[in-house]
Amino acid sequence: MQIQSALDAASLQARSIEHLWWWMFGVGGAIWLAVIAAMFFALRAARGRRGSDDLQHVPAESHKGLERVVSGAVIITVLVLTAFLVADYAVGRALAAHPSRALTIEVIGHQWWWEVQYDDTNPSRRLVTANEIHIPTGEQVQLKLSAADVIHSFWVPNLQGKRDLIPGYTTTHWIKADKPGTYRGQCAEFCGLQHAKMALHVVAESPAQFRAWFAQASTPNSPPSDSTSLYGQRVFLTAGCSVCHTIGGTTAQATIGPSLTHFKSRATIAAGTLANTRENVEGWIANPQAIKPGTRMPAVPLKPAELTALVSYLETLK
Amino acid sequence: MTPRDENRTLPADVTLADEELEREASRLDAVWQTKRGLWGWLTTVDHKEIGRRYLVTTFLMFIAGGIEAAFMRTQLMRPGNTLLGPDKYNQLFTTHGTTMMFLFAVPIMTAMGIYFVPLMVGARSIAFPRLNAFGYWTYVVAVVFLYVSLFANTAPDVGWFAYVPLSSPQYSPGHRVDVWAQVVTFTEIAALVAAVNIIVTVFKMRAPGMSLNRVPLFVWAQLVVSFMIVFAMPSVATGSTLMLATDRAINMHWFNPAEGGDALLWQHIFWFFGHPEVYIIFLPALGFITPIVETFSRRKVFGYTALVMSNITTAFFSFGLWVHHMFATPIPELGQSLFTAASMLIAIPTGIQIFCWLATIWSGRPELRTPMLFVLGFFFTFVNGGITGVMLASVAFDKQAHDTFFVVAHLHYVLIGGGVMPLFGAFYFWFPKITGRMLSETMGKVNFWLFVIGVNVAFFPMHVLGLNGMPRRVYTYLPETGWGPLNLVATLGAYAIAVSVVVFIANVIRSLRRAPDAGPNPWDSSGLEWAVSSPPPPYNFVHTPIATSRHPLWDTAIDLPVITGLRSDRREVLLTTAFDARPESRHYHPADSIWPVYLAGCMAVVFIGSIFSPYFVLGGLGLSLIGLAGWGWTGAQDRERERVQVHQSIVDTA
Amino acid sequence: MRRILCAAIVACSLAVACEREERRLNQSSPNGPAVFVAQVPLQPGPTLVTDTAEGPFDDNAYGTSEGQQLFEQMNCSGCHGNGGGAMGPALMDDEWTYGSLPNQIFASIAEGRANGMPSWKYKLTNQQIWELVAYVRSLSGLTPKSPRPAREDHMMVKPAPNQTPNAKPKNTGLPGASQRP
Repeated sequence: MQIQSALDAASLQARSIEHLWWWMFGVGGAIWLAVIAAMFFALRAARGRRGSDDLQHVPAESHKGLERVVSGAVIITVLVLTAFLVADYAVGRALAAHPSRALTIEVIGHQWWWEVQYDDTNPSRRLVTANEIHIPTGEQVQLKLSAADVIHSFWVPNLQGKRDLIPGYTTTHWIKADKPGTYRGQCAEFCGLQHAKMALHVVAESPAQFRAWFAQASTPNSPPSDSTSLYGQRVFLTAGCSVCHTIGGTTAQATIGPSLTHFKSRATIAAGTLANTRENVEGWIANPQAIKPGTRMPAVPLKPAELTALVSYLETLK
Repeated sequence: MTPRDENRTLPADVTLADEELEREASRLDAVWQTKRGLWGWLTTVDHKEIGRRYLVTTFLMFIAGGIEAAFMRTQLMRPGNTLLGPDKYNQLFTTHGTTMMFLFAVPIMTAMGIYFVPLMVGARSIAFPRLNAFGYWTYVVAVVFLYVSLFANTAPDVGWFAYVPLSSPQYSPGHRVDVWAQVVTFTEIAALVAAVNIIVTVFKMRAPGMSLNRVPLFVWAQLVVSFMIVFAMPSVATGSTLMLATDRAINMHWFNPAEGGDALLWQHIFWFFGHPEVYIIFLPALGFITPIVETFSRRKVFGYTALVMSNITTAFFSFGLWVHHMFATPIPELGQSLFTAASMLIAIPTGIQIFCWLATIWSGRPELRTPMLFVLGFFFTFVNGGITGVMLASVAFDKQAHDTFFVVAHLHYVLIGGGVMPLFGAFYFWFPKITGRMLSETMGKVNFWLFVIGVNVAFFPMHVLGLNGMPRRVYTYLPETGWGPLNLVATLGAYAIAVSVVVFIANVIRSLRRAPDAGPNPWDSSGLEWAVSSPPPPYNFVHTPIATSRHPLWDTAIDLPVITGLRSDRREVLLTTAFDARPESRHYHPADSIWPVYLAGCMAVVFIGSIFSPYFVLGGLGLSLIGLAGWGWTGAQDRERERVQVHQSIVDTA
Repeated sequence: MRRILCAAIVACSLAVACEREERRLNQSSPNGPAVFVAQVPLQPGPTLVTDTAEGPFDDNAYGTSEGQQLFEQMNCSGCHGNGGGAMGPALMDDEWTYGSLPNQIFASIAEGRANGMPSWKYKLTNQQIWELVAYVRSLSGLTPKSPRPAREDHMMVKPAPNQTPNAKPKNTGLPGASQRP
């Protein structure tokens, strides 16, 4: 599968758009070729004409013939454009169809990460995570998009077209993934210094696997057992981390930065910037500005032992 | 429509003798000449001097924008490149867009109009010479302001369309966005001034006999575009100068949702201007193509009326397309669909124009000189961009392609293919008229091939990059996305474009160093501008010509009929009626004046100062009052409304 | 003549790299105050004047704006009420219990103060505290006007700092003139 590509559709919506694209590419390409061919033909046809330096006088029948050709070309243009219009409307209607009830996920755009909340009428069953969205395959999923600061844009090309997240508005977006897989997306509306590194992943899995994941994600992390990780937890709670981050099951419940509950279960960190490995996490915590200059996460001064313990603790958050 | 019979019964079909013409010419020279030295340079109101300066300054902006682009492309050449950090990159891409759109593309088109429209309609001068100078100096304020800011780390960094809330005070601290807002103010004033000037010149100062259906297509394009500017520019001025600047300086809440404002409001107001803006850039370029195609096909253009109506229709339609920039926003789908239809519809008049030109070439005897090559380059490149534009008009597809490199590819194909290529063709075509020297054909061909190849190598891969997921305005990307190789290709294409522009500059410098070698009409073209010397004298025409057809120099063989009777002891121009161009009255035109540059300086104080303190606004407006008084004071005698007596004569142009 | 003018403009602009617009993204955090910071104006014997150094972000728009964000995120309004004061003292006025100099405000935030001001030293980095210092000082007009933040994208509950008149603080914690050496 081509990563983050609109030409490798994995959903109902993306597939309709991809078909439309290839059709438009074919017709559009043919038109371009026709115009260029007409241009070369016009250049060559005229070469044969000899004559004095006088201006070219066009006899009346040639002029009539030209009029007919040009009119014909205009009519063909109108027909082709009408066809494009009809095709677009047809695809638009197909994309607009959706069920009345579906799994609803709220996505809130921040500078420069994605807050993800799984809706539930029972507040205790709401799940908050960040930068990675799990959805079940084979059913329409409703995304409710809004922004906390500036305009962002939710775009996972393999699955759907994009939708802007605008402060003051809540918009609805539908995705229906065909097959399991991890699909990368990226913010597609310029949102400041780290717009380039505001990626996200949509993990589509079979409904059974999704339910299993959801159950596991809803339970808080079990407390660490070994001493290094316990020390790391203490570092997390007493250094600056708990001022911004939540870890379910602990007293750290701040919502300024991304939630770190089940942090180790995510494939990437820093909104898709780095793979979630021990070395990367250590490097990120030690100096976030070196990786994402301008990010709001400060470089918390930690002693090496503290950093190692903290990362060990984070590694236990599966 | 033909001129009324009474013109033909005017007395004295006289052939004017050469000595008489020379005497008249030297009298006119003394009256119309710009003074020497710095004072003359500051006070000139000659539309050709202003036009030349405009052309040089806007071309410098093209180079500046190109250098910014070169930096951007070098940064994007490989994934994870560290040439530019995010802050510098954001400033560079914003300055690139702002420079190209506001400081290069629109002003260079109005510059071509300012220089050539009076010549092409047979007038001695532009309608409001001092206003014209004021427009140029205001534009210079914008140039200096933006580039001083760039070097002082205060360049805007929010993109050339500065969406709120990113450009609101909370998320763009400091004064970078205020610089952007005021650059827009100054360029908008300059554009409006040029538009008003061109509209009045075209309607009131055409040569007798040049009824509307004999007006050259270059002039039609400039006229239509001027009306577009009048309707479009106030929108961006409202958004930027009134709303965004006041949000930032005095804490208004236009775009603050918490206090009743709306972030989408900015997008509507901006794009209502922004879409016509690109047609404001595109239509004058279409106006360049007709005279070039006619001259190098040795044939009058096929479908004059269709071409004029297409220009007008395009202008109207272009005001109904703006929401296609907002298809990803929560505007109801039904509304969006209407804009899809309109955006596709506008391809029809443009298509008509292309078919007419192809028909002209087919039925003519084409010569592939450099200007004609650039027209062919236009066909090759612009049609591609137009087709991707029709694709983007589709809401469903746009949802994938919006804000990706697909759009970057599309916009550069239409703006470069549809704007810059005809512009280069126009440079090669009219350079002899402006400077009296021919440009080298060989270097011109090198320029052309490097440019066309460079543009296509640089921008074609971007279609693929966009569809493969690369968003716009990213300062870097990860290697695993696989975008590296195509980005490298695009960068190499960009370097090729740079080399071709260097070749062009070398061509210009080389030609300027040589002695003048171009006569009045080196291409044997048909417009009235080719009836005067190269470069034209300050008064344009010794005697106002009479236009007897659409192609005066092709239809009047050796002798050009003129009108005598305008005074040569003061700056006098002939005013004619709007539709039929019958002589109506004479107008006393103003002498050189310092007030335009003074008032432009006052505008600078008012608007740049408004960023820092309201006292600058008050002080600047007070200073402006002095300038306005001075301007009005020297405005001399009223236009003589008596029926003017003019004499029809013949001038031997052989 | 024209060329000299142009060169002069370019030279001037290059020399005045605007501090207001600097974004020091990937640089190490500035240190906390190095010198002794007094909390009361009384000192026995010859008085040592508290360090009056400028805060590193006082004339920096980006840093002050980051401070504005932190003020909201750290819930300073919970006690200081958007600057107007509630349980905690007002920050927009010219009364400074523990001094209004940058070093003194840094100390107040980092160390905490009696009657409820928490100690943020181990929760915020020096850089973040200096940013808050710049913002808090801007609320009462103590920083230069040009870099001060304008309105936020929230309900307008107070005049924005860029509209606050420039102020001279009372009770800076500095010893009175008669006491200084």
